[in-house]
Amino acid sequence: MLKIVAIMFGGMAVGFLLRRRRMSWIMAVITILIWLLLFFLGVDVGENEKIIYGLKDLGLEALFLAFAGIAGSVLLAWGLWVASQKKGGDR
Amino acid sequence: MKGSLIIVGFFVLGIVCGLFHWLPDLNSFGNVSYIVLCALMFCVGISVGHNTEVLKSFKQLNPILALLPLMTIVGTLAGCSITSLFLPHRSLADCLAVGSGFGYYSLSSVFITQYRGPELGTVALLANIVREVFTLLGAPLLVRYFGPLSPISVGGATTMDTTLPIITQCSGANFVILSIFHGFLVDFSVPFLVTFFCSL
Repeated sequence: MLKIVAIMFGGMAVGFLLRRRRMSWIMAVITILIWLLLFFLGVDVGENEKIIYGLKDLGLEALFLAFAGIAGSVLLAWGLWVASQKKGGDR
Repeated sequence: MKGSLIIVGFFVLGIVCGLFHWLPDLNSFGNVSYIVLCALMFCVGISVGHNTEVLKSFKQLNPILALLPLMTIVGTLAGCSITSLFLPHRSLADCLAVGSGFGYYSLSSVFITQYRGPELGTVALLANIVREVFTLLGAPLLVRYFGPLSPISVGGATTMDTTLPIITQCSGANFVILSIFHGFLVDFSVPFLVTFFCSL
């Protein structure tokens, strides 16, 4: 796992060195790689009967986790907003 | 939104190919997808390192509001750890790994698939798509009830690209820099947090 993070830092160094060049194509490459990887994930899922039959439960689990994360972040963001309004009342 | 639909399209296409066994020699896929993942991370690194203009604009931020990415990360992880109490078959680390996608469904699901298998990877994909879609649809209501920071927090890692237009519209144009700053930092935290929770 450290290897992947190291690869990302390597990419950052390369990106920084090439910062004077136009690199708009990199976003297109990222998009295509993501398509490819999600296609692979789909193949893994499609081949695995256990996942296919459990897709409804996995979906419910995903909804549950998504809304718990959303609720937690909304509450803290709300708190930060209230705190920032109190401190900088004239803004 | 169109981008998300295309991504889901590729995922569904993959499922169909897997179901009907249209692709030969699938056991070698694990290795191929790992190499593609490394290539992806290299490109993500390039796009981050290349973007020095964004870093400069962050100097104008209100220091209190600059804590927003931290609120997003802590709030999400707190919510997901509570959820793990109700999902006995999932460990705390699994729930936190799914939550650490912060709406960045493509990268987080790929990572989690690599380290925890396709089942949790699918949960991560769906959960993080829900998060992005909820930001796109719910932003006006979130602003009304929880203030202008809430859609940025819910948007997670997506607030510097896909959800930036809706946030600008609902929270106001003076939150654009904060939204980009937030997306930049949260986005950056995804590979670290996801790999960290997968390794526990």
